[in-house]
Amino acid sequence: MLSRTAENLFWLARYVERAEYLARTIDATLRVTALPAAYIGKTNEWDSALLTAGVGANFYNHYKEANAESVVEYLSFSPENPSSIRNCIEAARLNSRSVRTALTSEMWDTINSAWIELQAVWNKAPANREELAKFLRFVQETSLRFDGSAYRTMLRNDAYWFSRLGVHLERADNTARILDVKYHVLLPEEEHVGGPLDYYQWTSILRSVSATTAYHWVYRETLKPWLIADLLILNDTLPRSLASCYSNLVRNLDQIGVAYGRQGAAQRHARGIRNRLEHSHMDDIFQHGVHEFIQEFLADNSRLGEIIAKQYLM
Amino acid sequence: MAAAFDEMNGLGEDLRPAYQELSRWLKETPPDALEYRRQEAELLFRRIGITFAVYGDAEAQERLIPFDVIPRIMSASEWTLLETGLKQRVLALNLFLKDIYHGRDILRADIIPEDLIFQNPVFRPEMNGQDVPHDIYVHIAGIDIIRTDAENFIVLEDNARTPSGVSYMLENREIMMRLFPDLFARHRVAPVERYPDELLSALRSVAPHSASAEPTVALMTPGVYNSAYYEHSFLADKLGIELVEGRDLIVKNDEVFMRTTEGLKRVDVIYRRVDDDFLDPLTFRPDSALGVPGLMSAYAAGNITLANAVGTGIADDKAIYSYMPDIVKFYLSEEPILKNVQTWRCREAQDLSYVLDNLADLVVKEVHGSGGYGMLIGPAATKATIEAFRDKLKREPEGFIAQPTLALSTCPTCTDKGLAPRHVDLRPFVLTGSSHTTIVPGGLTRVALKEGSLVVNSSQGGGTKDTWILSE
Repeated sequence: MLSRTAENLFWLARYVERAEYLARTIDATLRVTALPAAYIGKTNEWDSALLTAGVGANFYNHYKEANAESVVEYLSFSPENPSSIRNCIEAARLNSRSVRTALTSEMWDTINSAWIELQAVWNKAPANREELAKFLRFVQETSLRFDGSAYRTMLRNDAYWFSRLGVHLERADNTARILDVKYHVLLPEEEHVGGPLDYYQWTSILRSVSATTAYHWVYRETLKPWLIADLLILNDTLPRSLASCYSNLVRNLDQIGVAYGRQGAAQRHARGIRNRLEHSHMDDIFQHGVHEFIQEFLADNSRLGEIIAKQYLM
Repeated sequence: MAAAFDEMNGLGEDLRPAYQELSRWLKETPPDALEYRRQEAELLFRRIGITFAVYGDAEAQERLIPFDVIPRIMSASEWTLLETGLKQRVLALNLFLKDIYHGRDILRADIIPEDLIFQNPVFRPEMNGQDVPHDIYVHIAGIDIIRTDAENFIVLEDNARTPSGVSYMLENREIMMRLFPDLFARHRVAPVERYPDELLSALRSVAPHSASAEPTVALMTPGVYNSAYYEHSFLADKLGIELVEGRDLIVKNDEVFMRTTEGLKRVDVIYRRVDDDFLDPLTFRPDSALGVPGLMSAYAAGNITLANAVGTGIADDKAIYSYMPDIVKFYLSEEPILKNVQTWRCREAQDLSYVLDNLADLVVKEVHGSGGYGMLIGPAATKATIEAFRDKLKREPEGFIAQPTLALSTCPTCTDKGLAPRHVDLRPFVLTGSSHTTIVPGGLTRVALKEGSLVVNSSQGGGTKDTWILSE
């Protein structure tokens, strides 16, 4: 297929995934900040939300204070924020238009309808919390519909694989960012300094990756921060874990490799990261420093994006 | 102006045979049912994303072309006549182009003044002496047809460059079949759905000699911001070919390749929806970011077929238009089946003075304009507009032609005040491949939605209708 088509599919999937992730981050932050101050301590959760979205620095060029109103506006609607939910959906629609021939009509319909609704209904920040909740649900449902229609209607060929690469690369980046910002509340017992205050932080982290219920099914335990870290990093049954993202990246890259009859740097690099995740234990990761581990992962992950671009998309 | 010929009712209340069933159906159908279907159709169009962009209109970057649910119907015998006339006309266009870029018999025979060709900005000296596969220049033609009575079809304009609108022909039909299954069941409407197959086989048939047995065809678009982008992606999809932009293509050793995820892949035929000027920055406009450097040298080397060929603008130029009856006679020794609109060439002193004296009654068009931009419709214009136009005309008479204001035929159309006659034209699409010329029975009927308006262009508030050709 055309390199430009593959590139558009890849980015289209990333934008949709990112929009959903932002919606979940806002949702989780709204819930944790609704608690009385005594339950969450002094951290500014809205600041953390900006950091996990990777847009902290630019935010302060436009706003003085990070609070519910300013951050929700910035992450959802602001034209100043190139990766606001609104801009993600706009970019997704633009990408869809330029690769219409590679999309199924169901996928196009999902993105185009979302874009129409965005223009018609969500053309300004919601007036109240109820409206905001509706908006966030709209974004999440768009992403679910998009993913679902891709899964159910696309031919299993390179178009599908490139779009999956976008989803999983973006997802891995998002999960790793949450870990990067929140790693200090996930340290093992002996290093743990936060005390019971952190309980709600843990729930919030799980919620932002839709894993509150999953945690209990996997560990059958009360919330333990190191188990949360284990779930998000190493447990490949959780779709948003780093390990799961990399099983998927490796699988989709392999399929492209088989179809094209040759492999390259992208396949090797992805396999390297996957192997590291497969052979790691949380104890070792804690020993060497979670923060360092995550930093390294983020760099590796974005390197994979560059390699894929060079190998296929240019 | 006298009442126009109506496609359904003729000149009075004599219901024409092709419309009998429709008329009966309209009487049975309550008006709000029509309105409900109209809204449903609009919703479908918007969801499918069939939009077009209006240049210079930032507010409405993507608009829908209004769709009218009342079909325009033609009998089989009307179509047969039209079809024969269209084939004759397109054959003449192709022969004319070959001649202009080779032997120039028609100039030596003094049928067309030389300067009209050589001074014409759409004449492409790069094409002099260059052969194109099977001598076909215009593979896809969109001929705009009007009628003023039951007997004659008149060509308003030949579109031999990159005619658009065929996606509406196909989508209008899809939507009509979805919305009005009963109405369809009561007619025998010739299908249009094989257009993409016919187009693909025509394009493959003109592949260069150096192509493989399975030539690769691609559709080249200026990109998502082009007003007809939807159509480009629609056609690429229906044909199952890649939709490429200039940046996807690269020329190496006079061969054209597209950049794919598996490396470079050779392209043999480009159905290009990009104007000549923007094809190759090395040959034409150096500021073009849409084109492919070196494309023209690959073309000259015979390694790529462009459809339509470069330089076809000289055949559909409005100044050349007035010579079309002579062109048909010269190459085919036949009388033209389709008529021309009487045309005054403002470059000729006698014609100019007539035009200047009668501006208020005439339609004056820019020779190189299209899409209904920059024209004067005398009867509808204010005094001031006419005077301003008069100055423009005097300054540059060779840039204009004039025609009488024709009473285009009308067709019943849904309006705010119920069904009412509105003026229509018709653009059938003529495909020419190596072995034969095909016209899918139908075309794009455009309708001027404003009462009394004669301008059917989508950029000027026109709408579309499904066009039904009944079989015997």
